[in-house]
Amino acid sequence: MRFSNQRKVLPGFRFTLGYTLLYLGLIVLIPLAATFAKTAELSWGQFWHAVASPDAVSAFRLSFGISLMAALVNLVFGLLVAWVLVRYQFWGRRLMDALVDLPFALPTAVAGISLTAIYAQNGWVGRWFAPFGIQIFYTSLGIFVALTFIGLPFVVRTVQPVLEDFDIEIEEAAASLGASRWKTFWRVILPMVMPALLTGFALAFARALGEYGSVVFISSNIPLKTQIIPLLIMNKLNQFDYAGASALAVVMLVVSFVMLFVINYLQWRSSRHNAHS
Amino acid sequence: MKSLLNVVLLLLLAATATAKDIKMLNVSYDPTREFYQQYNSAFAKYWQAKTGDNVAVDMSNGGSGKQALAVINGLEADVVTLALAYDIDAISQQAKLLPADWQKRLPDNSTPYTSTIVFLVRKGNPKHIKDWDDVVKSGISVVTPNPKTSGGARWAFLAAYAYALETYGHDDAKARDFIAKLYKNVPVLDSGARGSTITFAQRGVGDVLLAWENEAQLAIKEAGGEKFDIVTPPLSILAEPPVAVVDANARRHGTLEVAQAYLEHLYSDEGQDLAVKNFYRPRNEKIAAKYAGQFAQLKLVTVDKEFGSWQKAQQTFFADGGVFDQIYER
Repeated sequence: MRFSNQRKVLPGFRFTLGYTLLYLGLIVLIPLAATFAKTAELSWGQFWHAVASPDAVSAFRLSFGISLMAALVNLVFGLLVAWVLVRYQFWGRRLMDALVDLPFALPTAVAGISLTAIYAQNGWVGRWFAPFGIQIFYTSLGIFVALTFIGLPFVVRTVQPVLEDFDIEIEEAAASLGASRWKTFWRVILPMVMPALLTGFALAFARALGEYGSVVFISSNIPLKTQIIPLLIMNKLNQFDYAGASALAVVMLVVSFVMLFVINYLQWRSSRHNAHS
Repeated sequence: MKSLLNVVLLLLLAATATAKDIKMLNVSYDPTREFYQQYNSAFAKYWQAKTGDNVAVDMSNGGSGKQALAVINGLEADVVTLALAYDIDAISQQAKLLPADWQKRLPDNSTPYTSTIVFLVRKGNPKHIKDWDDVVKSGISVVTPNPKTSGGARWAFLAAYAYALETYGHDDAKARDFIAKLYKNVPVLDSGARGSTITFAQRGVGDVLLAWENEAQLAIKEAGGEKFDIVTPPLSILAEPPVAVVDANARRHGTLEVAQAYLEHLYSDEGQDLAVKNFYRPRNEKIAAKYAGQFAQLKLVTVDKEFGSWQKAQQTFFADGGVFDQIYER
């Protein structure tokens, strides 16, 4: 409460905090609490039956596994894109910069339909893979493509401002002190962008976990093979099984929360590490 | 001049005072879109001639199960026109918005028009698909939606199962093998009938689409008869997409009477005629005779006769751990 005693340029700490709590409560906490309340209707046996059935286990594995892979790929290539956009001046840079936001703005169903059209066996990209027996759409590879697509802007947009603030002289100093290029990147640049990179990674991962619209079009949605958790939840709702659906949602929430918590912790540690060094 | 204007204004006022403007919401499943667009304006004319009231019917279309869920969760439907009785049963059981015996209140199981499941194949039928046992042959790729989410897919599942029961002397184990073979041939399970039609027609996936008859006719019409053929198997299921007034909602809106008339008018010559124009099979024998050439003859089995009831069929085949789930768990 020490903030409230100091004179601030803009007053209203209590008012804004109150509003923030109300807003978060209404928009986030109450709906989530309802999910838990609905799940509480189930006995432990029923809960276990809902979340440990073979199709649920396979869907959890698929959802978490592919979301993680897509986020990792975005971690690497998002950093690369951000680097190119910040460090180089070239024709069409502005346009490329704007393109990065496209997956944000596009309705995910549209993304799913266009990705499917392109990667289908008669599509622009798909037809070049088909002769080699590689099928992208209707497989987990297709899900991976869709999740990478929707996750890309998160890493780019979180890393970009950090790189923009990054003083090029630091690199020069490292070089003049005899660091190799690799060492400059590994020991100087990477630690500086690490917190932002982790945030971007966490956001891309969380976004991929919840993605429904684009995946259902590009995946074949076969039980035990290519069914993601959000689709399984929709299936349960379609069968009027609210409690079963919220049981799956609760598991997803808890696991996501733990993972985000761990990532935030890592991020906090790496930014503290930066502050000290 | 001024007095004339006053008279006109008074007349207008009087007219609006007696003629009520009624608004109604019809919550329906996916492939009825075109049909109800036409029927709603026909009914508005009929109702205005009869009572002088203006009635405007809004539509909400979507997957049948999802639509039922929306009504349960409070979508203010005056009438529901869904893909199968089970979904309206759910509204009755879970939200108590209409009595359990709703299906007895209108003729013919509360289903003014019917349809069936047919095969849509590539032009010229290159894989020679004539009957259900051709569909399960190895190397045939079959497109059908997920029966857990799509009403049409459930009818298709039951049609195939009924064929197997009739062919293999009502041996359940053999019928299960048959249905497992069929779904082994399915490379993609879309969530709804429209999705599957797009997969088959636009993506070029599959040799055969198990489709609503009306949806298949529509696909042919849209492709100009160039790309697909319809194959009607000798045996399929009588698909009954039922209609019902949602009593509790209609009573609150004061639309009980007009909602009732809206559904009854579906059985009239005009309603039946429009249904045929949108490729639904009519109930009215006179209309059926008039359009006899438009619908292929085949043996149609009913859910009630073959499987007891929708409730039973749902429990056995589509509930969690049911026959459909077991296909993928073996």
